[in-house]
Amino acid sequence: MSEAPVAPPTASADPAAGIALLLRPPEPRAGWRLLPARVVAMCAVELQKLRHDRTELYTRAVQPALWLLIFGQTFTRIRAIPTGGIPYIDYMAPGIIAQSAMFIAIFYGIQIIWERDAGILNKLLVTPTPRSALITGKAFAAGIKSLVQAIVVVVIAALLGVALTWNPLKLLGVAAVVVLGSAFFSCLSMTIAGIVLSRDRLMGFGQAITMPLFFGSNALYPVSVMPGWLQAVSKANPLSYEVDALRGLLLGTHAHVALDFGVLAVAAALGITAASSLLGRLAR
Amino acid sequence: MTRDANTQAVSCTGLAYSFGETNAVDGLDLSVAEGEVFGLLGPNGAGKTTAIRCITTLLPVPAGMVRVFGHDTARDRMAVRRLLGYVPQQLSADAGLTGRENVALFARVFDVSRRERDERVAQALTAVDLTDAADRLAKTYSGGMIRRLELAQALVSAPRLLILDEPTIGLDPIARTGVWEHINAVRAATGMTVLVTTHYMDEADQYCDRVGLMHRGRIRALGTPAELREGLGERRRAAGAAAGGPLPTLEDVFREVAGSGLDDKSGDFRDVRSTRRTANRVG
Ligand SMILES: Nc1ncnc2c1ncn2[C@@H]1O[C@H](COP(=O)(O)OP(=O)(O)O)[C@@H](O)[C@H]1O
Ligand SMILES: [Mg+2]
Repeated sequence: MSEAPVAPPTASADPAAGIALLLRPPEPRAGWRLLPARVVAMCAVELQKLRHDRTELYTRAVQPALWLLIFGQTFTRIRAIPTGGIPYIDYMAPGIIAQSAMFIAIFYGIQIIWERDAGILNKLLVTPTPRSALITGKAFAAGIKSLVQAIVVVVIAALLGVALTWNPLKLLGVAAVVVLGSAFFSCLSMTIAGIVLSRDRLMGFGQAITMPLFFGSNALYPVSVMPGWLQAVSKANPLSYEVDALRGLLLGTHAHVALDFGVLAVAAALGITAASSLLGRLAR
Repeated sequence: MTRDANTQAVSCTGLAYSFGETNAVDGLDLSVAEGEVFGLLGPNGAGKTTAIRCITTLLPVPAGMVRVFGHDTARDRMAVRRLLGYVPQQLSADAGLTGRENVALFARVFDVSRRERDERVAQALTAVDLTDAADRLAKTYSGGMIRRLELAQALVSAPRLLILDEPTIGLDPIARTGVWEHINAVRAATGMTVLVTTHYMDEADQYCDRVGLMHRGRIRALGTPAELREGLGERRRAAGAAAGGPLPTLEDVFREVAGSGLDDKSGDFRDVRSTRRTANRVG
């Protein structure tokens, strides 16, 4: 068997010197400092996992690369879509970045259900972590995971010749937009997880909503060419605001960046509230 | 070990919890004294896990039913959680993280300061003899090692009450002994209270100071293992059994209090499922 050698009981008989710290409970963090600490803890775990296993990062880069390469280059040649004077591949690149970030976030609820099944979620719920702090932590962890993915897509886009900004402040803004957007979509996913309670059903939901969210947004074409009903959908779709902000920041096109930030922040806050209130159902 | 009878680590009064029609816990009265190792015994489906989940604040119960070191679990959740180390029934380490990272997560969520974190995590890993394997991914661990890793996760916050739900389920005998030896060593070094559930009567007999036999949501017999065995022996002698007969085991005591209906309750299918899931995950 692969069991490590069991310590002889005598080895642990005088462990007081070696475990002095384990006799003293840690000092509790005061009120407002608790939330950022939990967010950091959850993000750290996500980054550690990414460091150990990068396959998902690479396999998930294939699809956006194909979108840019095939769809982007073809439509750049056709010039069928009014882009305000920039090459189509440039126009769609922020849309594809937002899409790949959203895909990660939309399936994040599956991870929560897996953690529930594995007992990990239960264990976290027995720590001094309020449910809303746990969900906020998870939402930002999903944001970090999406951000790493978005960076890969940005690099691919740059390699394909998309004229992106290299202004560090604007890139910081891009990072913030991606994290906020993914925080919202992961909360949407965790909310659905709290309703359907099973991985398979959540998978089905995820697949059913990602395409409408993507095509019902300004990711591939401007709102002005959409039929009226789709314009209404796009206006209610947080992905449109994410894409608008990314376009403004990355390409310097006309955008409503402040409004976009506002909408994404409110959406994320609502998502966190909804997912936190349903977390109890998962824990039962 | 200090045993102050006035300080109850856990006290449940008329604890009840149902899942729809199933009264999983049905009027449980329980008190665990500070510093003791208390075993909650019973077959699958007796309600042990549900009781544990009520005590750990995972399941909502009305105020007044459960107290942990005097804190009501309904009113004072955060205070209760800060006192608890919890090892659930499933093997619950995160397979995609190393042993050290698994423990560090719990140091973080219990507010261990950055200055102390590495050292505290190292000490918790040392206490369960996982120092050498600490930087391997948990998915490469054996079942016994995962259990010890979970013990380290629970210990890193220096809990006053350690709650273990079936800590040895699904382990081979050597790993089982290893887990118990580490529980005992840690308890001897820290003086913490231990509440453990198991359906292995022999383990309870060997390692618990006091046991409660649980059946159909309620405690049916309570005492030290020796008291319970001797009590049954006396009843048997009073009923005319030969004086030189075999000494009763805890299992015999259990059969007596549970009466018939034990067998159809064991082998609960949810347990099988979660054990299999764990097996898949751990590989
Ligand atoms: N989440 C749940 N949903 C529905 N029924 C449950 C749930 N958890 C436990 N039960 C039922 O409650 C009873 C007690 O289960 P449990 O507390 O897991 O017992 P034990 O841990 O002693 O094996 C069983 O009949 C079980 O089927
Ligand atoms: Mg159980």
